[in-house]
Amino acid sequence: MSEYVLETKNLGIDFGGLTAVNNFSIRVEKGDIYGLIGPNGAGKTTVFNMLTKVYEPSRGTILVNGTDIGKMSTIEVSRIGIARTFQNIRLFSELNVEDNVKIGFHNSISYSLADSLLRTGKFHSEEKDLHEKALELLGIFKLEEFADHKAGSLPYGAQRRLEIARALATNPCLLLLDEPAAGMNPVETQELMDTIKQIRDRFGISILLIEHDMKLVMGVCEKITVLNFGQVLMNGTPEEVQNDPEVIKAYLGD
Amino acid sequence: MKKIEETLKKLFSNQYRQRTVSYLIVVLAYVIIETAIRTGNISNTIKSLLIPTCSYIVAALALNLLVGYLGDLCLGQAGFMAVGAFFGVVAAAFFAKYISSNVLVLILAIVVGGVLSGACGALIGIPVLKLQGDYLAIVTLAFCQIIKTLLLNLYVGIDSRGLHFSFITDNTNMDPDGVLVIKGAIGANVTKKLSSFTAGVLLILFALFVIYNLINSRHGRAIQACRDNRIAASSVGIPVNKYKLLAFVVSAILTGMAGTLYGLGFSSLKASKFDFNLSILILVYVVLGGLGNMTGTIVSTTLLLVIPEALRAFNDYRMIIYSIVLIAVMLISNNATIMFYLKRCKEYCRKLFPKRRTE
Repeated sequence: MSEYVLETKNLGIDFGGLTAVNNFSIRVEKGDIYGLIGPNGAGKTTVFNMLTKVYEPSRGTILVNGTDIGKMSTIEVSRIGIARTFQNIRLFSELNVEDNVKIGFHNSISYSLADSLLRTGKFHSEEKDLHEKALELLGIFKLEEFADHKAGSLPYGAQRRLEIARALATNPCLLLLDEPAAGMNPVETQELMDTIKQIRDRFGISILLIEHDMKLVMGVCEKITVLNFGQVLMNGTPEEVQNDPEVIKAYLGD
Repeated sequence: MKKIEETLKKLFSNQYRQRTVSYLIVVLAYVIIETAIRTGNISNTIKSLLIPTCSYIVAALALNLLVGYLGDLCLGQAGFMAVGAFFGVVAAAFFAKYISSNVLVLILAIVVGGVLSGACGALIGIPVLKLQGDYLAIVTLAFCQIIKTLLLNLYVGIDSRGLHFSFITDNTNMDPDGVLVIKGAIGANVTKKLSSFTAGVLLILFALFVIYNLINSRHGRAIQACRDNRIAASSVGIPVNKYKLLAFVVSAILTGMAGTLYGLGFSSLKASKFDFNLSILILVYVVLGGLGNMTGTIVSTTLLLVIPEALRAFNDYRMIIYSIVLIAVMLISNNATIMFYLKRCKEYCRKLFPKRRTE
């Protein structure tokens, strides 16, 4: 068993002649809250898409708890324990909030098609457990009151929280958050920071997050990697990153 | 007494209301029509419409599973119905030799029709479901045409040695006691009309049972997740293609069963009946009834089958009136002002009966 939840070595991807990300190496330890920052177009979301196999990396290796996920599909990556949220929210918007979370639990329930068609005892007992588990998870994100609302009708901040809840339902060891605070007001962002710490402690998972809100990044992340033009600019603690002349140059220009 | 009240409350709770209403409408319609038949208060035209209506309802329900819950457009319903109808007729003729009970023969024929249609669904589903939207519609449309053409050239006969198949020309080489069941372009010859209105209603109830139980389970949620967002669905570990195929096959099975019911309700059957128009017609029932709305589908199918018959008096103009009604309904159901007033009426009714507001 490797000591790292996530380890990438020289990860890279080309789109035609364009190298979007190159030589991307990071190490995320168990329980880390790890920030991935960089100016627009630096390749942050591309990294997430490679980690979840939405894109197939052109080079390099990805190890999750020591297992190479090079040959795995998006679905297998989810089963091995990587869950994610999306920059542009992707909820199951026609379904209600509770069902969204229940879909996250899909692979942790085992009743068969015959069980659901014939409504066997197994179906009823598992669905009952599922209902309780879903409500408990919604409770953590203060979403119980919306349980039977359509996901698409929720306010923006609540939709972001629901996406995190759904990702957590897959029982991950690593949670990837893509701009979780985008579109939130300062109060909501503060709440989100507390929630992020709370889920790390409660579920004992590692979190890798992309964010532009520096208050949030500096407030919750213990380690940060700065990406610029697809290259790692530096790794370090929030203080180191904040005082690094290269990083300031990347963000503000010369 | 209290237990009954509790059960009623559960049946009409948010979770179950739609299901309860669907079942109730079907059963109620059955009781009314059956009484009318028994007392002789029903015209022969309506009577002859009963079995086709039932089978169209089942086909429309099955299509609604695809369009409403899977979110994919399928124009091959007529093809699946044709498979169910023709092979159901063959199966019925075959089993009738060995089994004397009509009911049992009908059930077996429906099962055979459903299974074969489901097999066709799986066969075309595996390569085709990687496509989305319009492309899937085009391929299923082509499937429907292919099935129709194949059936137009198929000869099937039965003699004491069993079934004989031949293609394009009649080369079945049967014993003298043999009978041709499917005669190419002439169509199928149904020896015994086994379908009944009761069987049709039971098939509707069966289809509702399957669809509701499927939709309200983890499999159904996965199917709807694929509709709402493919990428998010696979990111939480749902094998999208597997669930698309599942919905497609279940829909094909139900449609095939509807086809068998349809086929065994007539004394002769032509492949040309199952053309593109029929697929579109079934799609119209679904769209008019509302995507994902099973009760709506049942009501709209019935209305759209009854209206052209009721308009027979207008003779030449009936199809014009039919289209006008169709357009009017579409416009009204998409008109925000009218829907707003309907909603207010609904709220007013709720206020009148505050007790009915559960939870």
